[in-house]
Amino acid sequence: MSASSGICVRLRADLGAFRLDVAFDAPSQGVTALFGPSGCGKTTVLRCVAGLQHLPGGYLSVGGDVWQDGTRTKPPHTRAIGYVFQEASLFPHLCVRDNLLYGQRRAMKADAEPSAEGPPVPGAVGFDDVVALLGLAHLLERATPYLSGGERQRVAIGRALLSRPRLLLMDEPLAALDRASRDEILPYLEALHDSLAIPVLYVSHDLAEVERLADTLVLLRSGTVLASGPLEEIQSDPTLPLARLPEAGVILHTTVTGHDPGYGLTTLAFDGGELLVPGRVGAIATAHRARIVASDVSVTRHPAVESSILNCLPARIVGTDAPSGVQDGVMVHVVLGLGPEGAGARLLARITRRSWDILGLALGDRVYAQVKSIALFYRNCPSGLL
Amino acid sequence: MDWQPIRLTLTLATITTIILLIIGTPIAWWLARSRAWWKEAVAAVVALPLVLPPTVLGFYLLLVLGPHGPGGWLAGLWGGRSLAFTFEGLVIGSVLYSMPFVVQPIRNAFEAIGERPLEVAATLRASPLDAFLTVALPLARPGFLTGAVLGFAHTVGEFGVVLMIGGNIPGKTQVLSVAIFGHVEALEWDQAHILAGGMLIFSFIVIMAMMTLEKRLGRSRT
Repeated sequence: MSASSGICVRLRADLGAFRLDVAFDAPSQGVTALFGPSGCGKTTVLRCVAGLQHLPGGYLSVGGDVWQDGTRTKPPHTRAIGYVFQEASLFPHLCVRDNLLYGQRRAMKADAEPSAEGPPVPGAVGFDDVVALLGLAHLLERATPYLSGGERQRVAIGRALLSRPRLLLMDEPLAALDRASRDEILPYLEALHDSLAIPVLYVSHDLAEVERLADTLVLLRSGTVLASGPLEEIQSDPTLPLARLPEAGVILHTTVTGHDPGYGLTTLAFDGGELLVPGRVGAIATAHRARIVASDVSVTRHPAVESSILNCLPARIVGTDAPSGVQDGVMVHVVLGLGPEGAGARLLARITRRSWDILGLALGDRVYAQVKSIALFYRNCPSGLL
Repeated sequence: MDWQPIRLTLTLATITTIILLIIGTPIAWWLARSRAWWKEAVAAVVALPLVLPPTVLGFYLLLVLGPHGPGGWLAGLWGGRSLAFTFEGLVIGSVLYSMPFVVQPIRNAFEAIGERPLEVAATLRASPLDAFLTVALPLARPGFLTGAVLGFAHTVGEFGVVLMIGGNIPGKTQVLSVAIFGHVEALEWDQAHILAGGMLIFSFIVIMAMMTLEKRLGRSRT
């Protein structure tokens, strides 16, 4: 258990009938999602990282600082974390401004003490930045009971950010919200993701949320880690449950490289190829996540010459679950490495086993992936404020 | 008009309420938060005066405060002989007698806050004491108000315990209720009427004020 610059979590405990045995490492950058069904232990893990719950026999280190080693543990108020609970949990006796300042005042005092752990967080965010990023300016003097669900959660996120955390912990911050409030907050979270210098542990059971926000995925199932790694790797692994979902698909990290005003198309480049999508997606060089559903990808031996499908990408077969597949072997998954040599981003295709046999496909084959539709996660929110 | 018992009663009730808020708050906090198995036994001891006949409590207090009990030893420190039949003894008795009326509302208020606001405070770098002072106390304010009013009013009205441990010494232990009793015994109806009527109005105002305040606090909260 070497001290790493990232987050190292080792937890083992018997909690009544439930057994938790979790070990994973998260990078010191980006969003790591703890993903799994309700009751798999995600929230328990997060509470242990925060120190709100103590499981003896665990080990926790963040950025090289040991927060727990067996029964020796740092009390929660000395851990430089920001915690966003599922319910906003604002202090009802304080106005929005005082809620935001509650953690900042104490964190500044703690950071000024000589015993403070490590150097102060680089680029610790300022009050005005947080207010601007989360759109809170018009709410500052309000009493918290008069806020909408989405507004409360934005204040809670701001309050956590202002406590100068070295690690942000978010426990299903959108789960208690209605659809409209969720759609209102997601762009803020994306903006946060783009501009935050600290790592985030994000607990969720909602795949769509995870695909929009996460870089790294820790897949949890009944108290154990099923798999962990970069989001695209976990998504495209046919042996893992994500690929078996009806809506299985992968995320491509794309950048806008061109517009075709005549036809109203946008070119998105990614590692291993280019996609053409209808509409004007964003300015040149802006980054967007594209989601491609496995059942929208078909595989051909030769590039289709007369076809209405815009995107036909050269690729190599780098993995498959054929012949066992899913749905009693009716459908099989093909993992495609994009680019002529298959070295680029991964794509997941779901085709019938019949097609697999008729085309005589095998690992290592050069093929073409035809993409029927692409879902794009637009970025509406100004980023780079923090 | 005998102002002496009125002044004495108000002094006693004020001192008792202040002492109860000081020692009742940590007790209420512990009762609300502790997971010790013997917690409810402590809660029962605190609540005992609710069901105990005041004369029983008074009898035991008399033994404890008297010259042969710890009270006598305590009084010896400043040259006294006993705490029974003194104002100090009356304060001790009132504190015990009124304790459940202060501790219970505060404990309920602490329990109503729940775990979450304190967890939030901890994640925002507040030490446990800091969180208690800046989150738990303000959120439990209605409980403190109720406890203070009930403790005060209950001390004003006590009779049995006072009679047992305080007697009826004017200016020292003769409180309102005892004075009223004395007037009735002596067939001084007019005097009894004035004091009893005053108590009636006082009690009404106290209850009315408390209900109004609670309503207003509740409204500003939700």
